[in-house]
Amino acid sequence: MKTLEDLKRLREQLKTKNTVRHEGGIQIIVGMGTCGIAAGARQVMTAILDEIAKQNLQTVKISQTGCIGMCEKEVLVDVVRPNEPRITYGRVTVDDIPKIISEHIVNGRIVAELAIGKFTE
Amino acid sequence: MERIRAHVLLCAGTGCVSSGSKKVEAAFQQELAKKGLDKEVKIIETGCHGFCEMGPLVIIYPEGTFYVRVQEEDVAELVETHLFKGRIVERLLYKEPISHEKIPSYNDIVFYKKQMRYVLANCGHIDPEDINEYIAEGGYEGLGKALSELKPADVVAEIKKSGLRGRGGGGFPTGMKWEFTRNAPGTKKYVVCNADEGDPGAFMDRSVLEGDPHRLIEGMAVCGYAIGADEGYVYVRAEYPLAIKRLRIAIKQAEEIGLLGDNILSSGFNFRLKIKEGAGAFVCGEETALIASIEGKRGMPRPRPPFPAVSGLWGKPTNINNVETFGNVPQIITKGADWYASIGTERSKGTKVFALTGRINNTGLAEVPMGISMREIIYEIGGGIPNEKKFKAVQIGGPSGGCLPENMLDLPVDYDSLIKAGAMMGSGGLVVMDETTCMVDVAKFFLNFTQSESCGKCTPCREGTKRMLEILTRITDGLGRPGDIALLESMAKNIKTTALCGLGQTAPNPVLSTLRYFRDEYEAHIHDQRCPAGACTNLLQYNITDTCKGCGLCKKVCPAEAISGEVKAQHEIDLSKCIKCGACIAKCPFKSIVKA
Repeated sequence: MKTLEDLKRLREQLKTKNTVRHEGGIQIIVGMGTCGIAAGARQVMTAILDEIAKQNLQTVKISQTGCIGMCEKEVLVDVVRPNEPRITYGRVTVDDIPKIISEHIVNGRIVAELAIGKFTE
Repeated sequence: MERIRAHVLLCAGTGCVSSGSKKVEAAFQQELAKKGLDKEVKIIETGCHGFCEMGPLVIIYPEGTFYVRVQEEDVAELVETHLFKGRIVERLLYKEPISHEKIPSYNDIVFYKKQMRYVLANCGHIDPEDINEYIAEGGYEGLGKALSELKPADVVAEIKKSGLRGRGGGGFPTGMKWEFTRNAPGTKKYVVCNADEGDPGAFMDRSVLEGDPHRLIEGMAVCGYAIGADEGYVYVRAEYPLAIKRLRIAIKQAEEIGLLGDNILSSGFNFRLKIKEGAGAFVCGEETALIASIEGKRGMPRPRPPFPAVSGLWGKPTNINNVETFGNVPQIITKGADWYASIGTERSKGTKVFALTGRINNTGLAEVPMGISMREIIYEIGGGIPNEKKFKAVQIGGPSGGCLPENMLDLPVDYDSLIKAGAMMGSGGLVVMDETTCMVDVAKFFLNFTQSESCGKCTPCREGTKRMLEILTRITDGLGRPGDIALLESMAKNIKTTALCGLGQTAPNPVLSTLRYFRDEYEAHIHDQRCPAGACTNLLQYNITDTCKGCGLCKKVCPAEAISGEVKAQHEIDLSKCIKCGACIAKCPFKSIVKA
């Protein structure tokens, strides 16, 4: 490291590695109740992780939740963008993931045909 | 391609390691691999979170769920339930001692909520053995800013303006100290960090060294730039092996990346750091003794002046601060002196780290703004006194400090009000005592410590503390004489005014402050042959009251065969045989045996 600019550049690169430990940012939540797991939530989760890595979306956080009661519509995936309503996608399959991520996470456009609910707080 | 979605932060500070965090870590690695989650979950070993009582601590992100007292056998459930299914493992959550409420998020726990963690901001949140984790949190930007935007004199001015005072004890203005060294004639100068930390009950410096060593390196480098030094020493006591190990790793990483060494960040500034392991003599925390020790001599103080700022290490101008003081420096540079000065009170700025120990529910480290009341620290952050006992006193400032009673609890904690109350900030050790503590015994304990740690160079400290200790021992043995109190007081005053160094000068403080607030306890010992707290064995009597049902259990456990009595009739203790072991009290189902 030769200059202050080098230090700042390194910090920018590293910052995203630790986003998991900071508040805020975009969140993807996968329903991992028994119903969700049976319907393939784990595979969906792995697909999300792969897609996020592929598109290098360092600041997106992924977490899981339990059953939220709509077992019929599993796998359920929620997307939360800061200051926007929480969108729930139902009957999500591995094949839907690239679309949800490119459209909603990257471009902020809700994938209407998959969305089944909207929560405003 | 890999993508980490969760971080498991495992506390690997000395406290948690001793309660088993290494085994927990091994179990996590095994379980994650078994579940195929090892590619998406990262385990990070951190330094101390300060909540040592509850260790081993585990925090899982992104949720920020805080698990306490996690053992090896809990790990499988944590991995399956939390990391695989995303559900909280309720039984491992922290329970507030008073409300008994379970709190999942670390930020909502009163212990942390009431704190202002700046110096400890990274402790427990980053991997101290990876410089990148420190840089990711903005580390070394203070040094970068100082080197590129500020002249050395500006750095000194900024520190002066911030109002930072030495966190090692006396509270001398840091900026002024830096200025003295900067203005001292000479081209070769030194920066020294006092990480000796010998006070009973204090461990904040160790935690910073273990949890965020780069913060110290950055603070010392900024100081070196400001005062014109190109070399620094960290004097750490050898009893802190983990701190020394992590500091070594940190220095090496900083050198490799070019943040220590020659021409740092192309500024022309050179700075190197060395570690000196001290053998752990209390006196070596005194700055002139510490310097002698680094020079390879026996650690003994010398009269000042000349002050180290003029003639210190190897006769060169030397600036000495302690770990916490240096720990404040990076943020003062990055966030500015005005930001810093906005925290705290008129004459005590910023935050102070306290080590809470003794009879308190949440033992650990708490960083709070200056001016907070002792009551808030003890009852809110510390969670109060365990076992429904009554608060009696808090010993603040280590052996050089003093004991404050209940009616001083609303005192705002800052340098000047503590001195006025007869205590001192000192290192920031807070030892809480409940009604079962005898204050004469406490004074004896601390005096015993300073007496055996006296280097012996000056007579008042060497002989004076020994004589005082003899008197205290006599009083607690029930052999106190009329006039002892006056004798203690006059000796204390003499030692205070004649001892060579700060340690001798403050050694009588525990006696003076207990005499000031708990004189009646001394009098009870001397005149009534009674220990009000029921702690001094020689003054105790065990008696069986009339609630005794004559079950005979006490008779069976008494090792001295001092108890006699018929079945179903009140028993009796033969006081000449009783060895006051307390076995009968512990055994009696009717609580019929009392100490008086």
